[in-house]
Amino acid sequence: MIEIQDLHKHFGGFHAVDGVSLTIEQGSITGLIGPNGAGKTTLFNAIAGLHKPTNGKVLLGGEDITGLAPHQLFHKGVMRTFQIAHEFASMSCRENLMMVPSNQFGETLWNTWFGRRRIADQERALTAKADEVLEFLTISHLSDEKAGQVSGGQKKLLELGRTMMVDAKIVFLDEVGAGVNRTLLNTIADAIKRLNKERGYTFVVIEHDMDFIEKLCDPVICMAEGKVLAHGSLAEIKNNEHVIEAYLGTGLKNKEKNVVQ
Amino acid sequence: MEFLHAIIVLSNFVVIPAIAYGSQLALGALGVTLVYGILRFSNFAHGDTMAFGTMVAILFTWWFQSIGVSIAPLPTALLALPIAIVVTAALLLGTDRVVLRFYRKQKSAPVILLIVSLGIMFVYNGLVRFIIGVGDQRFSDGARFIISARDFKKLTGLDEGLAIKTTQVITVITAILVVAILFWFLNRTRTGKSMRAFSDNEDLALLSGINPERVVLYTWLIVAALATIAGTLYGLDKSFKPFVYFQLLLPIFAAAIVGGLGNPLGAIAGGFLIAFSEVFITYAWKKVLMYTLPEQFAPSGLMQLLATEYKFAVSFAILLVVLLFKPTGLFKGKSL
Ligand SMILES: Nc1ncnc2c1ncn2[C@@H]1O[C@H](COP(=O)(O)OP(=O)(O)O)[C@@H](O)[C@H]1O
Ligand SMILES: [Mg+2]
Repeated sequence: MIEIQDLHKHFGGFHAVDGVSLTIEQGSITGLIGPNGAGKTTLFNAIAGLHKPTNGKVLLGGEDITGLAPHQLFHKGVMRTFQIAHEFASMSCRENLMMVPSNQFGETLWNTWFGRRRIADQERALTAKADEVLEFLTISHLSDEKAGQVSGGQKKLLELGRTMMVDAKIVFLDEVGAGVNRTLLNTIADAIKRLNKERGYTFVVIEHDMDFIEKLCDPVICMAEGKVLAHGSLAEIKNNEHVIEAYLGTGLKNKEKNVVQ
Repeated sequence: MEFLHAIIVLSNFVVIPAIAYGSQLALGALGVTLVYGILRFSNFAHGDTMAFGTMVAILFTWWFQSIGVSIAPLPTALLALPIAIVVTAALLLGTDRVVLRFYRKQKSAPVILLIVSLGIMFVYNGLVRFIIGVGDQRFSDGARFIISARDFKKLTGLDEGLAIKTTQVITVITAILVVAILFWFLNRTRTGKSMRAFSDNEDLALLSGINPERVVLYTWLIVAALATIAGTLYGLDKSFKPFVYFQLLLPIFAAAIVGGLGNPLGAIAGGFLIAFSEVFITYAWKKVLMYTLPEQFAPSGLMQLLATEYKFAVSFAILLVVLLFKPTGLFKGKSL
């Protein structure tokens, strides 16, 4: 599905992503773990087009998509969410979701003025779709709230909802569970599973909650200091001594760090 | 009776001119605020964009006049306005393509874009002076007054006159129309919403599939329309002189900042606030006070707080106060 070849992302002299090569299988839910500062988010940014990689290649189904702009990747079915939830603060939650499907009828100046009827139909369908997604995520009651006003966990749900508005191929979720309570976390896990099963989404999930990873992800990749430490099933990862040393073993310390971050 | 006279004098010399001037500033400030909100820089070239648009409107007005086309009693300039908007839009899009896009691709800091816009300002500045000259141009034709002071006196039998200029009425009506269309566009159409989304959160807008170049294109089209309309209305109301438009940059920026940069409603409120303050403070209040105060307190001086030459000090002072005490402006800035 996605093949990453020797990807580098440097900030000045600092190598945040330092030669990552991996393959994400179609239809998989891949977990990406690793200590804070490992370069997981930076890897996502480089793939999803927010930062051009310094070096290396990203292939989507064999097609070179390295360094494409985010909106171009969007139209190829590549989506991502943010570690710190982003939202259109001045719009309602429903409008936030409705912003997503793009390049529809209505985007040209001409249609804005002369295609009102078709646009109205489309808006109605879109509204219904957004309401359905809000319902699915159990946040229907927030549909008219300004997205800037809802809680951090609810913003996370909205982020996930955004990927449900279109038919994505591959979705990168950055700490989708951070700051979300247990019940919501289960809702999110169920949503991910269903999207994977029913709509064939491929997921790459950054997450610190090992239960969450255990429930969803196979395979799992562990990163540290910009490099891939290990790539395999969760059991293999858990027993990998590099991983234990860099991430799992120092459990308590890392947990404290996570709280700070 | 005395009190009525005071109100008429006040309306004639303060309220009506300030409403017209405020509408022009509001339209100008809307342009500045849109560029700031969506393209994320302070566009110092806006005053000279207005000058350019007005110049094109004037040239076409002259041409229409020379071939005898007229929409009297309305000023011919209204007919030239759509053409001027198109030409100005072409200039802005050309500038964007040749200059600004480069810096956008580099993800340059806003302050760099600000300096770039300063350079663009000088170029436009020179362009306008080269084409039409530095002098004063009058181009308003059609009926001058809707009600002249003399007619008003005759009609009402009062001692004081109230004049309403055609250009003032046209200014206010046009401004209301333009603002209504703009807000409808931003709030109701998909393109408008994607512009708001882009202003709200650029990264998220990009990841939601919104094409940034398209947003930029629409922004410049709207800015061209706003700048040309604001400039032409100002020129009709007063007169056209390139240097004056350059100077307008201060009250326009003051209006946009006072209202909260990036906030269209704020820009409108700011425009009127600046206009009213400017007119209030530079108006000679002698006559109004003569009508309202008992005779023994009648003022001997002009009762003018500030000479008209210093009117820009008003914008400057308001700007300073706002930046010191409420830096985000009266309305919350940076959200469309
Ligand atoms: N825009 C940036 N400029 C400079 N350094 C950055 C930038 N983004 C991330 N970094 C650095 O790259 C490293 C990896 O960060 P990140 O990818 O966010 O880690 P993770 O998501 O695994 O916690 C960190 O040390 C961080 O400080
Ligand atoms: Mg991260």
